[in-house]
This record gives sequence, C-alpha cells and structure tokens, in this order.
Amino acid sequence: MSDIFDVYLLEAVLNGLLLGGLLALLSLGLNLVFGVIDVVWICYAELIMCGMYAVYYLHVQYHWPLVLAMLAAIGVVAFLGWLLHQLVIRPVLNAEPINQLLVTGGVLFFLQAAATLAFGIEFKNLGVTLPSVRLGEMSFSAARLVAFGAALGGVIALWIFLSKTYLGTAIRAISQDRAIMPLMGVDPGRIFALTSALGGALAGLAACLLVLQYDIHPAIGLSFGPITFLICVLGGLGNMLGGFVAAFIFAQFIAVGGFFFAVEWGYVIAFIFFIAVMFWRPRGILGK
Amino acid sequence: MLRVAELSAGYGGFQALFDASLEVNAGEAVAVIGPNGAGKTTLLRVISKLISPSAGDVTFEGRSLAAVAPHDVVARGIAHVPENRRLFPRLTAEENLRMGAYTSRRTYAERLAQVYALFPRLRERRHQPAGTLSGGEQQMCAIARALMSGPKLLLLDEPSAGLAPVVVQSIFELVRRICAEGYTVLIVEQNIRQVLKVVSRAYLLEAGRIVRSGSADELRTAPEIQKAYLGL
Ligand SMILES: Nc1ncnc2c1ncn2[C@@H]1O[C@H](COP(=O)(O)OP(=O)(O)OP(=O)(O)O)[C@@H](O)[C@H]1O
Ligand SMILES: [Mg+2]
Repeated sequence: MSDIFDVYLLEAVLNGLLLGGLLALLSLGLNLVFGVIDVVWICYAELIMCGMYAVYYLHVQYHWPLVLAMLAAIGVVAFLGWLLHQLVIRPVLNAEPINQLLVTGGVLFFLQAAATLAFGIEFKNLGVTLPSVRLGEMSFSAARLVAFGAALGGVIALWIFLSKTYLGTAIRAISQDRAIMPLMGVDPGRIFALTSALGGALAGLAACLLVLQYDIHPAIGLSFGPITFLICVLGGLGNMLGGFVAAFIFAQFIAVGGFFFAVEWGYVIAFIFFIAVMFWRPRGILGK
Repeated sequence: MLRVAELSAGYGGFQALFDASLEVNAGEAVAVIGPNGAGKTTLLRVISKLISPSAGDVTFEGRSLAAVAPHDVVARGIAHVPENRRLFPRLTAEENLRMGAYTSRRTYAERLAQVYALFPRLRERRHQPAGTLSGGEQQMCAIARALMSGPKLLLLDEPSAGLAPVVVQSIFELVRRICAEGYTVLIVEQNIRQVLKVVSRAYLLEAGRIVRSGSADELRTAPEIQKAYLGL
C-alpha cells in the first residue's frame, strides 16, 4: 500500500517538475522584457494566444507541417513583440509606470477583441494528441515532456546568448545603466527593439508548447496570464533566475498539493504560499 | 584634433555652458579645471553627444560631430570615461571591458592583453562583478573599458573623485602613463594641483564660462588660481 502511494507521490513530483519547466518558460519572456526595458507587458499572455492561433491556422487551415507552423508562429509573435514596442511602448518609455500598465492593458483587451472578431469564440483544437508515456507504474503526458524539453532548451539557449555574445551582454548591461549605453557605441533603441522581439519569440515558443495541451479561444490568455505574473513577482520581477526558481516551487505546490487534496487545492496552497512570501519578501524570493 | 567652438548647452531652461571654446591637439593632454557645478561634466557630455548643444559646434579631426548619432561617436575615436565611473555593477570586470569593445570586436583579444598589461590588478579581478571592486579598481576598470575601443581621444571626467588619497596618487600615475603612451587626453578635474602635473595645458571653467587658459605652469603660478584653488 505504502509503495503504491510513494510511486504516485513520485509521479506527482515529476509532473510538477514538468509543469515547472513550462511555467519557467512562460515567465522568461516577461522577465526579460521587464528586466531590460522596465515595462511590464500586461498583454503578454495575449501574445501567446496570437501564437497559438498562428500555429492552429497554419497547420489546420493551411496544412503546413506542424514543426514549420510552429517555427513560423515563433517568428510571428517575435514580430508582434517588436511591433508592440515600436507602436505602443516607445511613446510611453519615460511615462509613469501606471500609464505604461494602462497602455499594455489596453493592448490586452484589443487583442482579445480582435481575436474574437477574427477567429470567433469557438474553442479550436489542433487535433494532435500525443500519447502518454509510461514509466513503470507512472504515466506522463508526452506533450508535457516535449514542453519541458523545449522550455529547458529555450532557457539554456537564452542563457548562452545573454552570457556569451556582445549583444547579449549589451542586453544585460542596458538594464543596469541605460544612460551611458551610447558611450559604448550601443544604440539603446535597437537593443530595446531586439529585446522585445526576443520576448515575443519566447512567448511564441510558449504558444507552440501550450497549443499541444490546451484548446484555443480568445480568452485563453486569462487562464495562464495571471499565474505567469505571479511567478514573475514571486521570483522578483525582472529576475530571470528568480522566475525560474519560483516556477518550479509553484509547480510543486500545485502538483503535490493536488496529489494530497484536489487539483483546486493545489492552486489554493500555491497562492497562499505566494501571499506568505509577499509578506516575507515583498520584492520576491531573489528580488533585490 | 578636437575643436570646441562657442558651445552653449543646458538642461531644460537652465543654461550650464556659455560660449565655451577650446582645442586639443593630437598627442596632447589637456585639462579643464574648475569648481563644483562649473559645467565641466556638461562640456564632456556635449562632446560625446550625450546631450546636444543649444549653440556652437564640436569638430573632431576636421569633421563636425553635429550630425553624428550619439552611439556613433565612439566609432569616430572618442571614448568617454563618465563621472562616477558608471561601470555596469552586475557585469564582471571583463564583461565591462567587452562592452567597451562593442564597436571594435575584431581587435578585442589584442586590446584586452594591452589593457591587462597596463592594469594587472584587473586581470586578477576579471571574473568579479564590477560592483564589488574597490573604488580605485573601479576607476581602472572604467578607464580600461574606454581604452578597449582603441580611441584617438580619451575624455576623463574626474577620475580621482571619491578615492582615498593614496589611490588618487596611483590614478594620476596611471593617467600620466596613458598620456605617455601617446593617447590624446582631455581630462576634467577638481584636484587642480595634481592634474596640472600631468597635463601640458589647461582651461579654467567657472560658472559655465571659460575664464582662463594657458600652459600648466602658467596656471599653477597664476595668483588668482593659487588663491582660489590651491589655497596658497
Ligand atoms: N541632469 C541635469 N539636469 C539639470 N541640471 C543639471 C544636470 N546636470 C547638471 N546640471 C546643472 O548644470 C550645472 C553644471 O553641472 P556639471 O555637472 O556640468 O558641473 P561640473 O563642473 O561637472 O560639477 P562637479 O565638479 O560637481 O562634477 C550645475 O549647476 C548643475 O546643477
Ligand atoms: Mg562633474
């Protein structure tokens, strides 16, 4: 009896790990953009929604091979991230934070409404079901395994880019001292635009992984947008490593809490933990 | 090499610089001295285009910088060590140097070796976040970062400010060596006694206006400077 219990607990922990990878990826783009540009993309999850629709239409409607459709979707969302910066963020770069929140919040509603008009409110499904993978007594969804692997790959690629290249170093530098970047020969506007495209590409990658597991509808952003923000705040907004740690902690609360009680309780426990941390460390686990 | 002609500049409605003119020839070390708030930093900021002038012009090697974008100035050969060093605190010392070489990546390895030869301390500290370096090491790192672009003209804004007296000595010693290596240097300082030992000529800036200029010896012996600034 206790053996079986242990196996299922282990399964829950491992599922939490898989979920953690996905949540870590979700937080990554938002943290990157905030850390560098100091603006919160409230509409981040809606960019992901756009990416999910892009995969759906290219694959289901236009019969592109799935992988190609996904790569194209990453490109589309990267472009949207760039566009968001040029059209919406740039004019309010030096405005009050509340104004910046309001404009990106406006984009959230705009994208939701535009998606409703363009794609309708029906739930859309890629129609791809990946099998579940059995490991002894335990079973895991292959979609989650793929998501975990891709999320980890994305994180590592970003880390190498940020630490090893001139451009990546400039991206880290600009968040520490924006004003003197021209003295290094760096055009801050270009770095911001590039970072926005990169944040968009990460949202696009998240879209590709989510679309394997969830139906698409215009309000889908609301189901994972808030949790993405919570994780970023929990880890320390703008702190990519913090977001990473927070994602795995949060996912364990959901998975293991869900194992002992019910899935909903997993979320309740995770949110209680979040509130407790906010009292203890208002700037997040790894916040400054 | 550098010619600043009747330059005026300010912040919003406030004018900090009035009709300032000066010249720096190739291979020369020139100082701009003056009290707090005289406009020394403003002058350097205009030269490297961090702010634009309201009147006047800056020419470098015979060409006006008026139409040059701020981030293209360093590629023209002007490197600016800003006031308070302004290192990227959470980048390592070496990553700071890499940022200095942003526009000249092909010569990175070669220049890094040169810079480490000049500042052996930085090589020891190269993997340390710049924010954890001592004040003197930070100033070395800031100067080294500027040298990484292989500049023709080096702008130094109060390299001795905020450092312990012993460290001030070694920083001026370094500045002297940099000048001896043939760099053209325009240095802004409040430590007038020390800086006049390093440069050949100097300008005195007071309340936004250049009120005197001359050789280092002339200025050192000028009665009004001795009285007001050297406490003699
Ligand atoms: N960003 C700014 N906004 C508004 N006024 C400024 C700004 N920077 C400098 N000033 C003002 O411009 C004047 C000249 O300042 P500047 O920094 O050029 O002087 P400085 O000679 O470098 O002084 P210090 O020796 O203290 O560094 C001062 O009166 C200062 O208050
Ligand atoms: Mg100054």
